[in-house]
Amino acid sequence: MSKDLLRVSRRTALGAAVALAFTGNAFAQAAKYGPGASATEIKLGQTMPYSGPASAYGTIGKVEQAYFKMINDNGGINGRKVNLISLDDGYSPPKAVEQVRRLVEQDEVLALFQTLGTPSNSAIHKYVNAKKVPHLLLATGATKWGDPKEFPWTMGFNLSYQSEGQIYAKWLLKNKPNAKIGVLYQNDDYGKDVLKGVRDGLGAAAAKMIVKEVTYEVTDPTVDSQILTLQGSGADTFIDITTPKFGAQAVRKAFDSGWKPLHIINNVSSSIGSVLVPAGVEKAVGAMTINYYKDPNDPQWKDDPAMLEWRAFMGRYYREGDPKDPSNLYGYLAAQVMTQILKQCGNDLSRENVMRQAANLKNFKLPLLLPGMTANTGPNDFFMFEQAQLARFTGTQWQLFGDLISTDSR
Amino acid sequence: MNPEIDRRKLIGVALLIVLACALPFFIANYRVFQMTLVLAYSIALLGLNMLTGFNGQISLGHGAFYAIGAYTAAILMDKAGLPYWATIPIAGAVCFVAGFLFGLPALRLEGLYLALATFALGVAMPQILKHKSIEGWTGGVQGIVIVKPDAPAWTGISQDQWLYFFTLAWVVLLFFLGWNLLRGRIGRAMVAIRDQPIAAQAMGVNTALVKSLTFGVSALYTGVAGALGAIAVQFVAPDSFNIFLSITLLTGVVIGGLASISGAFFGAMFIQFIPNIADEISKAAPWAIYGVVLIAFMYVMPTGVAGFVRLVRARLSRRRGAPVPR
Repeated sequence: MSKDLLRVSRRTALGAAVALAFTGNAFAQAAKYGPGASATEIKLGQTMPYSGPASAYGTIGKVEQAYFKMINDNGGINGRKVNLISLDDGYSPPKAVEQVRRLVEQDEVLALFQTLGTPSNSAIHKYVNAKKVPHLLLATGATKWGDPKEFPWTMGFNLSYQSEGQIYAKWLLKNKPNAKIGVLYQNDDYGKDVLKGVRDGLGAAAAKMIVKEVTYEVTDPTVDSQILTLQGSGADTFIDITTPKFGAQAVRKAFDSGWKPLHIINNVSSSIGSVLVPAGVEKAVGAMTINYYKDPNDPQWKDDPAMLEWRAFMGRYYREGDPKDPSNLYGYLAAQVMTQILKQCGNDLSRENVMRQAANLKNFKLPLLLPGMTANTGPNDFFMFEQAQLARFTGTQWQLFGDLISTDSR
Repeated sequence: MNPEIDRRKLIGVALLIVLACALPFFIANYRVFQMTLVLAYSIALLGLNMLTGFNGQISLGHGAFYAIGAYTAAILMDKAGLPYWATIPIAGAVCFVAGFLFGLPALRLEGLYLALATFALGVAMPQILKHKSIEGWTGGVQGIVIVKPDAPAWTGISQDQWLYFFTLAWVVLLFFLGWNLLRGRIGRAMVAIRDQPIAAQAMGVNTALVKSLTFGVSALYTGVAGALGAIAVQFVAPDSFNIFLSITLLTGVVIGGLASISGAFFGAMFIQFIPNIADEISKAAPWAIYGVVLIAFMYVMPTGVAGFVRLVRARLSRRRGAPVPR
């Protein structure tokens, strides 16, 4: 049935395109344009940390501009060129407010796309909703971006932190129902967000299964004592909700102390290069995490057609970008989704319709997602991805296993 | 003092205020918002300039006082339900006390050592703001969202324009007070301590008191600026006040002109607009562009923009044969 839906929407889109081609001007008059859209151009805006502490993520903005350059070279979207205005906010919330106001009030963009970082997006959250500007595909994992009732103009992109927690919980309930779980989490909104997902996923079993929860502050030098506390609690399963530096410490200490639990390490700290190698790869063998898109460093996707296509794009449009950096793949994915939303808008490029179409993605296939995964949204469901697959560390790579696991639909 | 020059100066300032009042009716709301931030920064820069330019104490941690001012205003509005205008003096008072207390032990430190001590304050501030024990007030990493004040109905102007005028009023008040303070007895004592601390003490200046008072007043100005900035931005979070803010403020003071009151405005324009221009020029290395501009400024105007303007004016009037203004 879902397949049929897709076919219908494609046919409609095709029909619209043909109609446009034949009727030309007459049809263009019937087209609806919000601010930032015209018969020749669609203006999008974003803020990115090109400078400042998070400047490593700036590559996401660059790869997205390169993607739209490719789209424009191939004729644009429904005949319109995409103009993505990307401004630096230095990862500073006040600067983000200033730049977003510039984008909305001076440049008059149709929509915001992939504004990056939880603090920056928190700062503009109220403003964009008051101004009724589509605030789309935010580059952050916080769960609060999926709240269509309170904030109908804001929609996140990443698999949310709560969804990730739920997926771990679901897997444990099914495969290790007698697990005694010890949780280590960073004491901030991110850590609490993932933990809430774990608790929600376990449901009534949470009280019984979670034997110990400990926290650390980002200012702590190590998490060694927390690991020993968890070991002492008798837990045999370790849910590790940490950022990379602490993730590496946790991997090492959980092994060296002789605890050796089933180690579930969250996606934030799943990088082989910056977490597992410093910790010692042999200490991480058997650890688990989740993934929802293909990793450019994973040899199993070496000859994957989607991966080859992405590499060709990188070689042609973004040569200075690093093809080993998953951020470049992530930005490409987000740009693909944005392109689909604009395609679905057809000739009604009002802000209302952009939002309507963003909340109307039905089984949209993205070949760089893990096999079988699609993007789905609805008027009451602003979570783009609600599935992921578990992966186990073999000592050299993350090996996917099992089926895709979905979170509870909200 | 030459009364002729004094009158000319007065007319000049009055003209500037009239221009400043007319400005928001000719530019877009987003520009008005940017100018509001410039005004807020200029207050902070005047505060820091009192300490660094006039009194010779280097602070690399004034972002911390900016943060305290911003958070005081945000918490009072969010938790205590105070109107926005009432939070500004309180933010100033809180920062005065914080600055004075920090100034007391810091007195033992001279020059670079003081710079390092204040640097520590600036580095620590974002993490202090995230601390568990005060999370109930500060909102932790999430920060606090502030409701933007509406303009009174009788004015018929937009929120941004109203905030601009509100900030401008504070600028006029604080610059007038600062000008009074700096040209008077205390101002001379401050400069004397900077240039000849031992001689100043021998002349009967209470060095310790003047130095910690300067620290306090400087923090007060910066705190008021922080509160005004927070209300304009409508949001405070620890990430808004990292160490870079402190360094930016010091940059603004030096670019504007050390020991110059008008320099605060030039410095504020610089820190507000140059990063935007750098970003326009290069996405790959905005800070490299920023650095080049900074070096260029220092080469062309070694005494800051205010010093440069003074130099140009002096040359022009000498050519005209008029008396050289101070």
